[in-house]
Amino acid sequence: MNRKLAPLVATLTALAMVSAAGCSGSDDDPGSGTTGGKVELTYWSWAPNMDKVAAAWNAANPDIQVTVNKQDGGDPAVTKLLTAIKAGSGAPDIMQAEYQKIPTLVSADAIADIATEVGSLKDKFPESAWNGVTLGSEAVYGVPQDSGPLLFYYRADVFDRLKITPPKTWDEYAEAARKIRRANPKQHLGTFSATDPGWFAGLAQQAGASWWGVNGQSWTVAIDDEATRKVAGYWGGLVQEGVIDNKPMYTPEWNAALNDGTQVGWVSAVWGPGVLEGNAKDTKGKWKVAPLPQWDAARPATGNWGGSATSVTTQSKHKKQAAKFIAWLNSDPAALKLLVSDVNVYPSAKEATSTALTSPPAFFANQADFYQIAEEASKIANPFTYGPNVNVTYSAYSDAFAKAAEARNAAAFTAALSTMQKTTVDDMKNVGFTVTG
Amino acid sequence: MTLLSPTPRSTVGASPAALAARATPRSRRVGVPYTFLAPALILFTLFLAAPIGYAAYLSLRRVRVTGLGLGAKSRVEQWAGLSNYARSLSDPEFLPSVWRVAAYGMIVVPTMLGVALLMALLLDAGRSRVGGFARISIFLPYAVPAVVASLLWGFLYLPRVSPITDLLAAMSIPAPEMLSSSWVLWAVANIAVWGGTGFNMIVLYTALRAIPTEIKEAARIDGASDIAVAWRIKIPILLPSLVMTFVFSLIATLQVFAEPMTLRPLSNTISTTWTPLMKVYRDAFTRNDIYSAAATSVVLAVATFVLSYGFLKLVGRRAFNQED
Repeated sequence: MNRKLAPLVATLTALAMVSAAGCSGSDDDPGSGTTGGKVELTYWSWAPNMDKVAAAWNAANPDIQVTVNKQDGGDPAVTKLLTAIKAGSGAPDIMQAEYQKIPTLVSADAIADIATEVGSLKDKFPESAWNGVTLGSEAVYGVPQDSGPLLFYYRADVFDRLKITPPKTWDEYAEAARKIRRANPKQHLGTFSATDPGWFAGLAQQAGASWWGVNGQSWTVAIDDEATRKVAGYWGGLVQEGVIDNKPMYTPEWNAALNDGTQVGWVSAVWGPGVLEGNAKDTKGKWKVAPLPQWDAARPATGNWGGSATSVTTQSKHKKQAAKFIAWLNSDPAALKLLVSDVNVYPSAKEATSTALTSPPAFFANQADFYQIAEEASKIANPFTYGPNVNVTYSAYSDAFAKAAEARNAAAFTAALSTMQKTTVDDMKNVGFTVTG
Repeated sequence: MTLLSPTPRSTVGASPAALAARATPRSRRVGVPYTFLAPALILFTLFLAAPIGYAAYLSLRRVRVTGLGLGAKSRVEQWAGLSNYARSLSDPEFLPSVWRVAAYGMIVVPTMLGVALLMALLLDAGRSRVGGFARISIFLPYAVPAVVASLLWGFLYLPRVSPITDLLAAMSIPAPEMLSSSWVLWAVANIAVWGGTGFNMIVLYTALRAIPTEIKEAARIDGASDIAVAWRIKIPILLPSLVMTFVFSLIATLQVFAEPMTLRPLSNTISTTWTPLMKVYRDAFTRNDIYSAAATSVVLAVATFVLSYGFLKLVGRRAFNQED
């Protein structure tokens, strides 16, 4: 390069870079605006093929056009949304929100109350799902999309060979785990996963726990309560005895164990078939589903693992139109059908069972009553309230229970709960929440 | 390092009269250096100074919630004084993470630099025989991003999917469970050594190439063996490069993040606060508490500065005296 020109070029390049950096904010412009009566909405979701469902809506509603913006997943999308809310612009109109994140989003003033627009949909959803979007208040912060009632998946061929019937209670589950272990020391009926707090919260929910609660103007935190202690003590006992594994789920090792038949059972949610199909395809046709084992067979209950609602953000300028779209998306029979067939979710709407969930998932083609079992489960989900700092609790779970699982010590499992309780309460008090209990 | 001395020193010896005579044109040209500096200064301010300043500002702030914290305007940001620092330093997870990183550094830095030095000396001694192939293959792991390397090693560490375990089993040697609590520090350190040795080897090797051949020839004529040449001539001359690679490794150690973060979901033995930077990440993005994360970051930055500056001060005179 010409030596005299070099500094000039460098200066210009630097200026160009600086101005480019200054403008880069516009890339994330949600693009919501009106052009001649037509409303354009953006929708952040990480569910696969959600754009196909939106396309069906767009074809029928030329005046309200929805663009799906694919997100990486629940956690990064929430971080991104909270940043946009803080910055004052850049948020979408519509947002997929996991149930456990809704209090956090409401607390950050990120999602809007749409009670007037969608309040009438209440009867279309099971109570536990609707409670998840109202937080027990008069407000409605979204419309439930899908739920994840817990179920029990097991290798029917192994159970048949050992003459074990699917466990109806947790005592029977423990007995089945022991039998399987005796027959083949390499096999496990399940694992206690310290990396999946949502899974453990679901099990606590089944036992009757509700980790947070609202009491007037203050929050209550009850993680270290009797119900949760019962669950932690039970799993800690099984891990200490060595009858179930102590390794996390969703590792390459766990995938291999499902596929080669060393993990022969899985306590999971209704979306389990998709995971099994991806990780354990050699075992196709060998799995069956049963209701979750019970603490009290006379009073069956279950918990949830996963599931989300669709919310309107506080930055949306078209709240009414956005609410209209999410009402259609989560309760219209045509949309429910697409949610099942393309997005592969288990819709929360009661109507879905009769209209959309008519044949079992492909991986469970041998079990015609798959969705009947799932529907029974979704009806008996216990109520559970999430708090404004679920993330703090969940990361405390990972740390405390990882130590306990590694130590294979039942007492450490119940002790981990008091760590979770303390971390959660300390965090809330530090931020200024009033916490009682 | 400072082989070229910067040229604009000509005015140092100029007489006052000569300076006065040039005063007028000089004052007109006074803006010129700033024009040249502008791009660097603007970029430095925008992308380094401003974010650091903002982090320091955030570390003195906090959010307060009123009532249930639900609904609009229930959160306000306010001054926090030094409370974030107090909280960050008194967190029971903070000190263990610091000691853990210290132990990790004790493993990684000497091993990595030792192996790199050995490789560099071997390559230099047998320059014609081994050729560029060995150099490239030692350097190659450095080109693998830490996250990818950690995923690859993660597979190798998990007994059920690891070919190494199969191999050891075939020879009836029990394979250690690398991600169990007694081995996990070594497992993480191994990835860092694997990834970092190549870079340090290249730095040291390049410095070795710069040693004039006459010195080595003179030593040989005096009857010095290869080992003696390495110990008495090459390593002393390499000292400045060793100091530099040591400081780089020290900083990399304090900032260890990607490896344990990637291995974390594979095991029960790596907590969310396993290293100080992981704690910063957890506070900022999991707990949504950027204020306390900013405070920890500032503490870490100061510690890094003090350690590397202190070390350079300590060894500076000895390492660099031949260049003064």
